Amino acid sequence: MSMVLNAEQCATQAAAKKLIQARSPVLALRKLRDEKADRGFDESLWQQMVELGWAGILIPEEYGGLGLSPGYLSVVLEECGRTLAASPLWSSSLFATYLLVHCADSAIRRDTLAALAAGQCQVAVALEERARHAPYDIDTVLSAGEHSTLTGRKHFVVNGHVADKFIVSCRDAHNQLRLVLVDAAHKGVRVERNWMVDSHNSATVYFDNVTITSEQFLGSADTVQLFDSALDVARLGLAAEMLGSASEAFERTLAYLKEREQFGVIIGSFQGLKHRAANMFVELELARSCVRAGFSYLDEGGSDATQLAKLASIAKMQLSQTLNLVSNESVQMHGGIGMTDEHEIGFFLKRARVLEQLLGDDVFHVDRYAELNGY
Amino acid sequence: MENLEHFRRDTAAWLEQNCPASMRTPMSEADTIWGGRRFEYPSEDARLWKERMAERGWTAPTWPKAYGGGGLSSAEAAVLKQEMRRLNCRVPLFSFGLGMLGPALLEFGNEAQKQQHLPHIVNGDIRWCQGYSEPGAGSDLAGLQTSAVDAGDHFVVNGHKVWTSYADKSDWIFCLVRTDKNHKQGGISFLLFDMESAGVSTRPIQLISGASPFCETFFDNVKVPKANLVGELNQGWTIAKRLLQHERAMISEIGFADPSGQAAPLAQLAREYLGESHGRIADRVLRADIARHEMKTQAFMATLQRASAEAKAGQSVGATSSMFKYYGTENNKAKFELMMKIAGHHGLGWEGPGFSERDLTSTRRWLRSKGNSIEGGTSEVQLNVIAKQVLGLPD
Repeated sequence: MSMVLNAEQCATQAAAKKLIQARSPVLALRKLRDEKADRGFDESLWQQMVELGWAGILIPEEYGGLGLSPGYLSVVLEECGRTLAASPLWSSSLFATYLLVHCADSAIRRDTLAALAAGQCQVAVALEERARHAPYDIDTVLSAGEHSTLTGRKHFVVNGHVADKFIVSCRDAHNQLRLVLVDAAHKGVRVERNWMVDSHNSATVYFDNVTITSEQFLGSADTVQLFDSALDVARLGLAAEMLGSASEAFERTLAYLKEREQFGVIIGSFQGLKHRAANMFVELELARSCVRAGFSYLDEGGSDATQLAKLASIAKMQLSQTLNLVSNESVQMHGGIGMTDEHEIGFFLKRARVLEQLLGDDVFHVDRYAELNGY
Repeated sequence: MENLEHFRRDTAAWLEQNCPASMRTPMSEADTIWGGRRFEYPSEDARLWKERMAERGWTAPTWPKAYGGGGLSSAEAAVLKQEMRRLNCRVPLFSFGLGMLGPALLEFGNEAQKQQHLPHIVNGDIRWCQGYSEPGAGSDLAGLQTSAVDAGDHFVVNGHKVWTSYADKSDWIFCLVRTDKNHKQGGISFLLFDMESAGVSTRPIQLISGASPFCETFFDNVKVPKANLVGELNQGWTIAKRLLQHERAMISEIGFADPSGQAAPLAQLAREYLGESHGRIADRVLRADIARHEMKTQAFMATLQRASAEAKAGQSVGATSSMFKYYGTENNKAKFELMMKIAGHHGLGWEGPGFSERDLTSTRRWLRSKGNSIEGGTSEVQLNVIAKQVLGLPD
């Protein structure tokens, strides 16, 4: 595995850093929060991201995308994580798009991919129904028969409040996993926006006897494997975003340790803080390696589902653990000022817990890893 | 790349032909070939294997041919390592000369010193030990007091070293000595001398694991020729630090490049001792601990890989040896702690009946692992180095 970014990925990362630092600093998130902004993200920034091709990184060129591997999106997500930038990149351009790129071909798939690449459409994946991440604990049902209907309730649907379409996980009459593409405007679909602790854009979505036709299915020889791989790619995407957030929180805290004085000295000279900072640095280095290992595997065309699953679980575990540590230590090391809303470090703490839970925290992935290894 | 594939094929063929069958079986710690004047080879095959490898310079693959090394590029050396691993070839020779002194001599030694010492390290004739720590200079290594006084054409060395690994079995020592009492770091010099010199004596120290790999070493008016000074007078600290980097790299690989294959995977041990429930390790808490440990180990190994890829791409982050030493040894200790939890009562034996050989060995290794985060610079020293050199935190 290469483990290092290629020249084009470095260039993409530099471009992303420039745009996002300028257009979407943490202050932008504060504004979106305080104004309870309708869309929950900056539409003009999003259009700029679309123009740069980021919405279509995964989408084949025939549908207007760039047809690149997920590694290119990972460096953009990492930069988004640094400033907690709100956008549909992860939910729509990575997670939902991956599912659509890899499912069986159909007219509805082609249309949706072209619209996604052009930034004319957003798709959200609606999967969660439990308190904790449990992608296969599904009560949402698809009734049998010619005119099947979808009924259920999904929560923590990221960017669900602005999605034009949902990919919904459900069980059919044979208790098999099915993935269906549903219009948000369809009769029987109700969206309720949720206000999250970290101003994450999220919704609860209700499906009440929504009519489903056969072309709405995301076809696959093995739906479970398609879903698993998409979840794993999405987990790696989250890990990249978390890496950005954790690195930024750490660097801000390190800068504070070098400027804050107490007892007549810079507090960063205290060994009690030095060792904790050094330990965070080491965990962050491990975290970066896990993210790179996962995306290197994808970039090099790795297609073994179990190997991908292991890499994704290791990355999501390490990033959940590291972001948890760094976000807690960041507030503690900032002292009283870290407890104020005025200071930005608290935004990282709030974001940390949300990203930890999203698609499984460290506890989830530790258990999954054991299972993947047969113990 | 094509040349590299040629090299791989030729190397594999040569290894197949020259590595004796008994040298392609798992080895235990006791099978380590240290070399040296008094070394007793455990078998004729072990001697033969070492000699064949040394003849090609492949005991020190990247060292220049002029000094007996293999003259390989780092890419070729990596291929050699991969092929040896693939064919289960044992490490033919392991020594502090190869891992620590040699790289330092290549960088800081003069031509005569390289000619004199490197070939004997490559072929394992001479076994070296490291004279660093003293009773009063552990983590604060630069506080060392062993003195070397100028006596014309030679130095006279007096002092007391401790934790000198295998001093009682070694032929030569590379030793830090004080040549200026007024400057701490700037008063240290780096000397080489024969352990058979008059005035050198050693005393093994029994450790908590029962083994005695370390010694106290005493110098009583030992005469050392001036030609044996490496680098400039009072410039030894620079060499000492560089050598520590090599040492840390060596130690941080403990438990990962375990050539013995002795350490059964934790999950397998847990199945044996704790049983299964629905096809999984019965104890859910320990199961999670094991999985988390294995994931962290994978994350660490990915970091070693990334560091080497970045070094090749010229993007090195620096102070990596401290990071690897810190994490690698803490992780290794954690592994043995977990092993002790899994084995429960079986892990509490010291010797005799009632315990399997494996249980007794792993208990001793658990005790030995406690030294990993002390030797070569404690974990706390490594964290200090990271805080200062990487993070730029003030003193």
